[in-house]
Amino acid sequence: MNSIETKDVHLYYGDFHALKGISMAMKKNQVTAFIGPSGCGKSTYLRCFNRMNDLIDGVRIEGEILIDEVDINNKNILVDDLRKHVGMVFQKPNPFPKSIFENVAYGLRVNGTKDKTLIEERVEKSLRQAALWEEVKDKLKKSAFELSGGQQQRLCIARALAIEPSVLLMDEPASALDPISTAKIEELIYELKENYTIVIVTHNMQQAGRVSDSTAFFYLGELVEYAKTKTLFTSPKDQRTQNYITGRFG
Amino acid sequence: MSFSQNQSINNSKRLAQSVAFTIFKLLSFLVVAILIVILGFILVNGASVISWEFLTEMPKEGMTAGGIFPAIVGTLCLVAGSMLFAFPIGVLSGIYINEYSKDGWFKRFIKLMTNNLAGIPSIVFGLFGMALFVNRFGFGDSILAGSLTLGLLALPVVIRTTEESLKAIDKSFRIGSLALGATKWQTTSRVVLPMAFPNIITGLILSVGRVSGETAPILFTVAAYFLPKLPTSIFDQVMALPYHLYVISTSGTNIEASRSMAYGTAFILILIVLIVNLLANWLRRYFSKKVKMQ
Repeated sequence: MNSIETKDVHLYYGDFHALKGISMAMKKNQVTAFIGPSGCGKSTYLRCFNRMNDLIDGVRIEGEILIDEVDINNKNILVDDLRKHVGMVFQKPNPFPKSIFENVAYGLRVNGTKDKTLIEERVEKSLRQAALWEEVKDKLKKSAFELSGGQQQRLCIARALAIEPSVLLMDEPASALDPISTAKIEELIYELKENYTIVIVTHNMQQAGRVSDSTAFFYLGELVEYAKTKTLFTSPKDQRTQNYITGRFG
Repeated sequence: MSFSQNQSINNSKRLAQSVAFTIFKLLSFLVVAILIVILGFILVNGASVISWEFLTEMPKEGMTAGGIFPAIVGTLCLVAGSMLFAFPIGVLSGIYINEYSKDGWFKRFIKLMTNNLAGIPSIVFGLFGMALFVNRFGFGDSILAGSLTLGLLALPVVIRTTEESLKAIDKSFRIGSLALGATKWQTTSRVVLPMAFPNIITGLILSVGRVSGETAPILFTVAAYFLPKLPTSIFDQVMALPYHLYVISTSGTNIEASRSMAYGTAFILILIVLIVNLLANWLRRYFSKKVKMQ
């Protein structure tokens, strides 16, 4: 079953044609990786799925984006409802200047959850899912800024999981982290796909190879090749893909 | 030695640097020295009249004796009133300009107007306040009219500080909040404002310092020449420290005799501004700590 499906998506920043007719489908409970050189449009495409591009002035999108079979650019869709459904983790950990507990509870609170026990349960569950519970259970009231970078990123993942999205978008989630934290995040991605559809943008091809089921290669705003990760890395069909994964440009 | 092959270039580089830094250092000492001289001068000349009586009694004998109590109370009333007016309007405008308005001619227009408002001479505010609040609205010479006029004067400062404080908050916090399904207002009120609050409050209190020392805006709108009683409503006139200082220095009944009273008044005015600034500093540190701990 497809979790995300896009049909002929074009995106323009003013006059700049950033995405050139992208059609692809991402399966439920799978990890899909987007790779490609900087500026190829992979992050822009990712941000289409929770309409974060709305925040940038002068962006125009054409084509159809379906998430769980709903057209997300339909006028009847409230963007905050969409974002509850499609969580996102960013390149740089960006916890709020609040306690660890309040960071995870934030998404619940802004979406109207008032039940204290439910919030407490959900905070614990999310922190466990993000493999952070054991490290922070005794200092939930402490500021999130006291955590290390890797812990902060797992906190941001917990924060995104707390509102139980069905899709989790990750925009280079480990690129600002040390190797040990990176390994933890990768392990986490592997475990999370049981319950979530994950789309991850990465600059690191080994990472794409380790964590993803399918990989899409973008170049100059086009989707060049999209296949099972193993297939894409071992026998790419397109010359440009071949050049990129063998390190000839990028 | 492969280093410093050209000793003369090296020496002249160092000389230029030490000359420049010495000049900078002297100039910054100069700034501090000016401040110390002013404070010292006022203190030396005014200290002799500072007493409990000076602070708590009405002026007597043609303002050559007694105290400045009604002027202190008047200034505090005006500061409080102007902030009550300027704070909500200024902070909300600042939020609108920085968080909501899209880049375009309207935003540029608001910013241009705000900047121009800051450049209007304070005496013009006084005249405007008299025409609008005193006469047109019929408030008469009153705390209300004076506070509104001072509030107008403080408005651009409050707007600008709010705007700058909000601008300093990294975009990633807003994006993080929006990505969790928060609305723009939830993002502003729950994440951005608490972070910007210490700086906003500092700016606000600094504008209190400015407002408490202004004379021109209150000249035609509230300030009383001599009024040895405390106000009972916002439609009363009051004495105010800066205007009192002006009166006893230029048009009192006996200027020579009230000279030391004038220095005493100046001292209290400076003291109030100083206390307000220290309070601003302390509050900012207190709230920054609190924001992090939340």
